[in-house]
Order: sequence, then C-alpha cells, then structure tokens
Amino acid sequence: MKQTSATFLQNAHDAMLQPERSMNRQRLGTLMPQLRDSGVASFGDFDALRAHVSEVRTHTLDHLDHYLDSYVKQATQNGNEVHFARDGDELNRLVSDICQRHEARQVVKGKSMVTEETALNDHLIAEGYQVTETDLGEYILQEAGETPSHIVGPALHKPEAEIRELFLDRHDLGDRELGDAAALVAEARGLLRQRFLDADVGIIGANALIADSGYSVLVTNEGNGDLCANLPPVLIVCTTLERLLPRFADATDLLRLLARSATGQPISCYSTLYSGPRRDGEEDGPLETHIILLDNRRTDILASDYRDMLHCVRCGACLNHCPVYVAAGGHAYGWVYPGPMGSILTPLLTSLDESHDLPNACTACGRCEEVCPANIALPDLLRDLRHEELLAQLSPRRWRMGMRAHAWLLTTPGLYRRLTALAVRSLTWLARGRGSLARLPFAKGWSAARDFPAPESANTFMHQYNSLRKSRHGR
Amino acid sequence: MALFVTCLADVFRPSVAFASLALLKAAGCRVSVPRAQTCCGQPGYNSGDYRGAGDVARRVIAMFESADYVVAPSGSCAGMIVKHYPRLLEGEWKERAQALASRTFEITAFLTDVMPLPAGDRTPDTALTNRKVAYHDSCAGLRELNIREQPRALLRERAGVQALELEKRDVCCGFGGTFCAKMPEISATMASEKLRDTIDSGADMLVGGDLGCLLSLAGRASREGIDLEFRHVVELIHDHRSGQGIGAGPANGAGRQ
Ligand code: SF4
Repeated sequence: MKQTSATFLQNAHDAMLQPERSMNRQRLGTLMPQLRDSGVASFGDFDALRAHVSEVRTHTLDHLDHYLDSYVKQATQNGNEVHFARDGDELNRLVSDICQRHEARQVVKGKSMVTEETALNDHLIAEGYQVTETDLGEYILQEAGETPSHIVGPALHKPEAEIRELFLDRHDLGDRELGDAAALVAEARGLLRQRFLDADVGIIGANALIADSGYSVLVTNEGNGDLCANLPPVLIVCTTLERLLPRFADATDLLRLLARSATGQPISCYSTLYSGPRRDGEEDGPLETHIILLDNRRTDILASDYRDMLHCVRCGACLNHCPVYVAAGGHAYGWVYPGPMGSILTPLLTSLDESHDLPNACTACGRCEEVCPANIALPDLLRDLRHEELLAQLSPRRWRMGMRAHAWLLTTPGLYRRLTALAVRSLTWLARGRGSLARLPFAKGWSAARDFPAPESANTFMHQYNSLRKSRHGR
Repeated sequence: MALFVTCLADVFRPSVAFASLALLKAAGCRVSVPRAQTCCGQPGYNSGDYRGAGDVARRVIAMFESADYVVAPSGSCAGMIVKHYPRLLEGEWKERAQALASRTFEITAFLTDVMPLPAGDRTPDTALTNRKVAYHDSCAGLRELNIREQPRALLRERAGVQALELEKRDVCCGFGGTFCAKMPEISATMASEKLRDTIDSGADMLVGGDLGCLLSLAGRASREGIDLEFRHVVELIHDHRSGQGIGAGPANGAGRQ
C-alpha cells in the first residue's frame, strides 16, 4: 500500500470537502460510541476485565520467548508448519512460495490487517494469482480499487448508493434491482460462494494465538474466515507475535473485550479455533496448514518505550471515539492503520519522518484512552512521539524556535509581564471595541478558521490586581 | 490558599480571575496571588518540549508548594499540575510534584468538594432565569479530574440555572491548545460540530470551565456568524452582569471586584 501519511493535512482537507461522506462519518461517530457504551454497560465490571487482560498480556510479553516456544512446539505437533517473517517482503515471499508449490491459481482471503501492512494482494496479483477478498467490506474496496478507512469496518466510508453503482458496474449479471442493503449483500454472497469453492489457497489472520495448545483464534461477523480456512486445500494464517496468550481462557477474556469495544456485541458472530490440518478420518478442513509469524519491527517496539502498543487488540474503538478521525476520515492518515492507534503505529512501523503530522493529529482529549480495552495510554504515547519529533527536528523550525522562546519567557516573569501587557494593549487597540479580530498577522493558523476574540480589557489581570492592591495600601 | 490565575484569564478574561478570587473569599479562604506566576507550561508540554515544560513545572511547584491549596479556574491547567507534572519530573521533584498535585483543584471542584460555598448567601441572578444555558465539559476537566456534576450543581444552586445538556457532551470541541493552530481546518470542523450541538440543545449561552475551549468556540462562532454567548462558569456563579460575553466586546465591569 502506497503511503501518503506525509500529506495528512491535504488528505484531510480533501476528505472534509465531501459533504456526504463527512455526514456519514459524523453519524458513525455518534452511533459507534453508543453501541460500545451499551455493550460495555451490559457486561458488569468491564474495568476489572480490562485490567486483568492487561496483566496477562504484560506477563506474556515479558515472557515472550517462553510462550513463543511453547506455541511453536504445540502448533507443529498439531501438524502446522510455522514460519517466521522478518518483514513484509519475507511474508509475501513465503506466501507466494506456498502458492507456487501447490500450483495454485486462486486465492481467497479473510480480513487481515497484517497482510494490508505487507501489501500481500499487490504482490500475489503481480505474480499472476487471482486474489479475492471475502470480507464484504474488503471485497467492496477491492472491486472499487480503494483502501480501508477503518480497521474493523474497512468500507464504512462508502455510502450504500456508491456500492450499488459499483456492483451494477462490476458484476456482469444483467438487469436487476439491488433495491436495499440486503440485496447487495445477497449478490456479493452469491459471487463469493463460488470463489470459496474454486480457491486453491485460503489466507486468514488471527485475533489470538494460544501458547499451550498451539491453536489460533479468529472472530468474524460474516463467517467468511471459516470458509477461507476450511474449503481450500491449503490454509495460511498470517499473524504477528503479539497475538500470543498463554491459555484458551485468556483468549475468551480478550474476545469479550474485543467484541464489546468494537461493535458493542457481547460476542462476534463466529469465533473459531483452528488447530491444524484435517486429521485421518475427518471429513473436512484443509489438507495443509501454515502459520506465518510476522515481526515487521514488533520486536523493536517490544524493546522500546512504546511497548504498550503491542497490547492493541485492533478493536477500532479509539478510531470511533476520536474526533479528529471522525472529522478527517481514515484515508487521511495515509496508511493501513488510522486514528489514534494508527498515529502511533504508523511512525513505529514505517518512519516518523514520513508520518510526522500523525502524532500531532490529537487534541489530547483522552477519549481514546478512556475506551481502549487494552488500557493503552494513547495520548501519552502520541505526546512522546511529538517529543521525539522535536529531538529529531522534524517539526517546522518556526514551531521549535517559538516553543523554546515560549518556555524561556514563562520562566522569566518580569519580561513575561511586560510582553503580555503590551500584547493585551495592542490587541484591544486593534479590535477597537469589536469583540474579535478577523485577521492577525502572527496567528495565521488560528485566523485561518476562526476570529480572534479580543481581550475584555486593555490591562491584564495581574496589572489590574497590582494597581488595586497598591491603591488599597496607599489609602 | 493560592490562586493559579492561568495565562488565558490573565490576558483575555481578567473578570474570570476576579470572580474566582471573590468566590474563594466567600468560601472562607485567605487567597494569595503569587505575583511571579505565568503559565502552567501546557503548550510546550503538549508539543513534546519536555525539557522546557519541566523547567516551567519546577518553577510552578516552587512558587505554589507553600500554599495549603492551589486552585485554578481551568480544568486543563489544574489537570496539568495534577496529572502531568508528576509524569514529567523525576526524583525529588517528582515527589514534590505529587505533593502539590494532591492539593491542587479546579475551582468548581474545590468549591463543591473541598470548601463549599456557604448556602444561601446569594440569591440567584434574575437576569439568568430566561436564558437557556448549556454546559460544555472540557476534556481535561472531565477525564483527568472527573469534573462533571460540580459545575452543574453550582450553576443550579448559585445561579438558578439548570444547565442544558449537549448530545455529544463528552466530545472534544477541537481546541486542543497548539492543535488548533497546527491543524486549523480539522479543529474548525470539530468546533462547528460543537456549535451545532449547542444550537440543537436550544441554548443561547454556552458556559464552560476552560477559557481555551470558550475562546476557540467564540472565535469560530464569530467567523460563522453564529449568535451565541460564551462565558466561563465562575462568571455566572459569581455575578453574571460583569460585562459582555467572551469575544463580544470590551467588558464594562472588568477590573472591579
Ligand atoms: S489502541 Fe486500544 S482502542 Fe485502539 S484499536 Fe487498539 S485496542 Fe482498540
């Protein structure tokens, strides 16, 4: 996926110019938090569960070598082939090698952010495979040639009418109505059914890997993951190290958090455990299964101050609750992961240089942290990245200079007083009795979108207070 | 106790600081106003300038730690001292920061939870009875300090105002300190949403506990030609008639106590 994070502001500008999509985002920005709230409220002690899972995950990451070892041993015993991929290219190559070995032609995929990260589709298509995304949202985007705007609902940005037009245009099915959403879903389902049956290789992701059994866990609402996993003769699970959990019970705890945070559901429609290939005497299931564990800088993150990011369960709650995400839309972030979690992951998984606007796309309102089921202090991590930007001199020079001057001024009260007094006087003079100023030479950013409220008085509080005290003592 | 004036009240809205002083006195406090105070250092801190913000924090701590309580008419400045100074500093300074944090309050929380205003010393302002007032929760006050009911209770009891609630009351208004200057367009979209929500609530006045939000919203309303009055909550609790709303012209009453 081509990264356009460097032009975040321009991307956001373009997105905000589309009224229908903007209104759609605002609607979802109200609806999704409501769903999450009711899901969480119906659970009982959600905070205790979140604290518990957070402890389990900290423990797992602290002993990653142990759990990884156990997982690989068990998974291998179950008949899986386990591979490690250092980066995206390695994962893509492993997948195409497997496809080649089986002389595959058709590949079906369940939704997987990890393979978005590695741009696996582009790679496989370039190698001549037919790849079909089978999650409805992903399928729509693939047909439209677009990228996901959300990690849970990848096509949430697309209005129904656009999808209808797309299907009428892309599916060679003659005259038909496609009256409502149900008709759209039925059409996609019909087409996808055949692709599942024809596929040579299925690719899915994982929400959790269980160390003591070697199983992987996947949840979907459409059941497409299960069809990808069970109908084609070969299954490849593409996932990452930080999905590891010690026991099955830990995974069920995690799924509780995940579903409620993502959509407010108590549990996703399909939760499946994958053990490995079909065993003797079994009637269905894949004949051969592979698990590819991608690192792609995760071990670097593990060793860094951003380690908590590895607790992320990809629920999307921080996106749904982020007013910047709602205003600017997911595409503005310019890579795989948008919103608060994306503004941290993108610099960590690509480069801060390429994406230095993202950590600034935050008002520190704290709503993401409040709802994050993984208890990640997202605003703190975003601020820490801004700190790194400053050290790396990635922010504009005038900002850095301004900031240094400001900090110095704040610790030099005499001068601060004189300058604020002067500023207040000039502002009141400029306003000449009006409430606010439309333009200010030194506050371009502000006056681009707002008037500048004038101070209520030509003297600062400190000045007034001092004069009052003096006159009182003089008496 | 010591009043942390806040840089925005000092420059843009002295009447907020005077109203705070008066309210704290009414609650029975002996109030000092440390003269060398400037700002809590949030703009630099939120821009990632930890070194500069650390210098400011140490200064604030040294200046205010002799007071029994520190009170600020702002959720975000109080939140900065309470939540972020301890995170920013190390060693002995961290301990001093924690000690100060435990004695620092936003003003409506202080006047409700710590030193309640005496009952019945003020009759609600009749000028307010016909106004429709909505309350804007600033994010820092709401999420860092759990301020939710206190300002509403004070408005009810002290000003006779039953605050209207915004549909998206826990959503940020788009100010975000330096955010609004770095990303003005996104910030303005968020502000416009908040203004729409305010109008939908039926309010003709928006009241809040943080001047940053209020100045930014007043500026956006003025640009959009929206007719709303903006006020800091202490202005209503103390004396509503002190001059005009934020961004609406010079305050006649500014400067008096
Ligand atoms: S950071 Fe938290 S809220 Fe955001 S996607 Fe990850 S787990 Fe969900």
